[in-house]
Amino acid sequence: MSWVADNLDLIWGLTLDHLRQSAIAIVAGFVLSVPLGWLAFRYTPLRGTVLTVIGLLYTIPSFALFALLTLFGIPYQSELNLVVALTIYAVAIMTRSVTDGLASVDADTRSAAIAVGFGAWRRFWTVDFPLAGPVVLAGLRVTAMSTISLATVGALIGVQNLGYLFTNGSQRRIIAEVFAGVVAVVVIAIVIDLVLMLAGRALMPWTRRNAPLSRARLRAVTA
Amino acid sequence: MNLLAEAFAWIFSPDRLTGALPLPTAIAQHLAYTFGSVAIAAVIAVPIGWLIGHTGKGREVAVFLSGAARALPALGLVVLLYLLFGVSLKTEAAVAAFVVLAIPSILAGAYAGIEAIDRSVIDAGRAVGMTEWQILFRVEVPLGLSLLIGGFRSATLQVVATVTIGAYIGVGGLGYYILQGIPLRDFAEILGASIVVVVLALVLDGLFALLARFAVPRTAGPRRRSARRAPGSVSVPQFSH
Amino acid sequence: MSTARTRLAVALAGTAVAALALAGCASSDPLSGDSTDSGSTTDASTIVIGSQAYYSNEIIAEIYAQALEGAGFTVERNFNIGQRDVYIPSLEDGSIDLFPEYTGNLLQFFDPSTTATTSDDVYAALQDALPDGLTVLDQSPATDQDSYNVTAAFAEENGLTSIADLAGIDGLVLGGAPELEERPYGPTGLKDVYGVDVSFQATADTTVDELVAGNIQVANVYSADPRIKTDDLVTLEDPKGLFLASNVVPVVNADIADEIADVINAVSAALTPEGLVALNVESTVDQRSSADIAKDWLADNGLS
Repeated sequence: MSWVADNLDLIWGLTLDHLRQSAIAIVAGFVLSVPLGWLAFRYTPLRGTVLTVIGLLYTIPSFALFALLTLFGIPYQSELNLVVALTIYAVAIMTRSVTDGLASVDADTRSAAIAVGFGAWRRFWTVDFPLAGPVVLAGLRVTAMSTISLATVGALIGVQNLGYLFTNGSQRRIIAEVFAGVVAVVVIAIVIDLVLMLAGRALMPWTRRNAPLSRARLRAVTA
Repeated sequence: MNLLAEAFAWIFSPDRLTGALPLPTAIAQHLAYTFGSVAIAAVIAVPIGWLIGHTGKGREVAVFLSGAARALPALGLVVLLYLLFGVSLKTEAAVAAFVVLAIPSILAGAYAGIEAIDRSVIDAGRAVGMTEWQILFRVEVPLGLSLLIGGFRSATLQVVATVTIGAYIGVGGLGYYILQGIPLRDFAEILGASIVVVVLALVLDGLFALLARFAVPRTAGPRRRSARRAPGSVSVPQFSH
Repeated sequence: MSTARTRLAVALAGTAVAALALAGCASSDPLSGDSTDSGSTTDASTIVIGSQAYYSNEIIAEIYAQALEGAGFTVERNFNIGQRDVYIPSLEDGSIDLFPEYTGNLLQFFDPSTTATTSDDVYAALQDALPDGLTVLDQSPATDQDSYNVTAAFAEENGLTSIADLAGIDGLVLGGAPELEERPYGPTGLKDVYGVDVSFQATADTTVDELVAGNIQVANVYSADPRIKTDDLVTLEDPKGLFLASNVVPVVNADIADEIADVINAVSAALTPEGLVALNVESTVDQRSSADIAKDWLADNGLS
């Protein structure tokens, strides 16, 4: 693996780019999916349709989505195209998690909050959302790993990130380079997953006791 | 929107039936890779998943490995396996990559399906005197079917998307047009091929939705409510296009 | 209740800070940079050099970069951009200043119906075809053009020295990048100019492997590809000029052309066809990085 030793700065630089692009997409996706998920949760008749349509966004293969985004004036080979596409995928996965999470909150707890006099806004932020936390977090972890691995396709539309190691390694036929890229992506994904899991434990201390896996959480993880 | 019209014109143009890769052939190749890879992944993942779900052992390892496998970047895996297998085995390399990417979803669908079953139902089975095999095949598998199908659905959608990347090492499929269109600056071609892939994905997703509906075992009482929720809801997809 | 909310707020704030920090770190990386940024913030004396998503082109770009740095310029690298659609506009608006290109391919980009084929004709036609705001410096003797190749064994079996000799052989399969199918020098060109019938297989990066394995008989291989030598391939002659000559040429933004002409022209003159192949060998066989290869080449040629 001397190639790896010789090219550590390259790998590091690309890793930072990769993390940056993924982080923006994950955060943006999360932020967008909260209101969407809440809408789907609140208006039950709409729920099935909204979730299915949003979920279908994920079935659009990456190349196709890059091409479709050009219809909105985004240049095909640009980082903007990649980040917007990654955000859309993130929203597609996360929205269902948010909805399922909110749905998994015990109805009695919600009634109690209403009885005590919490308004809708306060109830959402202090009762519903925190209690939906475990399911939302499971979805967020899946989203994060998905985004990080998906981002590599950017190399084929000229965006610089760890995917460069695949196209460049393929041209120069340097197996170590391609392997290093695969390992780097997997390692980053696992690290971010761990970070999210620890953040979840820190933010939601009530989940530390081993709660039985609810069907909603199982569903989020199955994906 | 002119571009959209051009894309459709590209799809339905008679030129698509001639040339190095006629469109119907590309679609057929694409579907063949998808079904083939999912089938192979199923043969590997379903028994293991059922074993994990039934015995409850090995779950953490499975979860960790399938989590790590999900993080595998499709493009990297395809290129790596190609470089390792060599050009004469490039189809095998591509299929191997697709299989690896399909396994996590199916594995998770298999064990999660069994884990979601109410323990009392399984205990009842034991109480009635069923052997472990009978419990597995007569109780756990049928009840876990909806989540298993959900796993298949995710895996299939993921592979359909990943097969487009296979074109990078020249194995055909709809990705061929996209990789051709980029240097030629032929956006009608890129968009047209993309639309075909999306339609394919939607059709497959729809088929699975129908299948899920039929997979719900007919049991009475409270189980009905959770069963009805299962079919439409298990569509949080897998990833790494 | 407020504890959960505070924690959430802290978490969100922390994430935002982390994302911004990463953005800050990453943008100082020399290989990063969105090429579609128009109006870059670099000051007038910085030369921005781009490259294609092709390792050989990246080496040449790195040579330009180090040569200019040696001459006292400040250089910013913006490599691996991808397609001409992306970097040509950047060259025109000044967000990229210098780019290594290939005369024939670039000419076809601007003037697809061109009839020039020889090296000098192509260069002259290119100078005319370029839009205002862009110009080319001296072209280099080094070439990296499309060429049709066969294995040495196949050439001997069929007595092949030029493309014309392929006419009449049945069952020929041509391999190359997917877009070759549509290029004027692709299967249609072979038929029209030489009367050669081929079926096409898109082999992209696997082209040489397929040729060596015998799955295809004719392959489009870039003339500077070291595998022509290492895998014992025979490049078929092209007497009727199916392919345009494609020499390495620096494309520059017209405003800064004079400033850097001396340095870059010296580099171009020193880059020979064999030299370019040798550079590619260093990258693929020796697996050295572009930076190292460029440094040594400049030192060997007395240009650093």
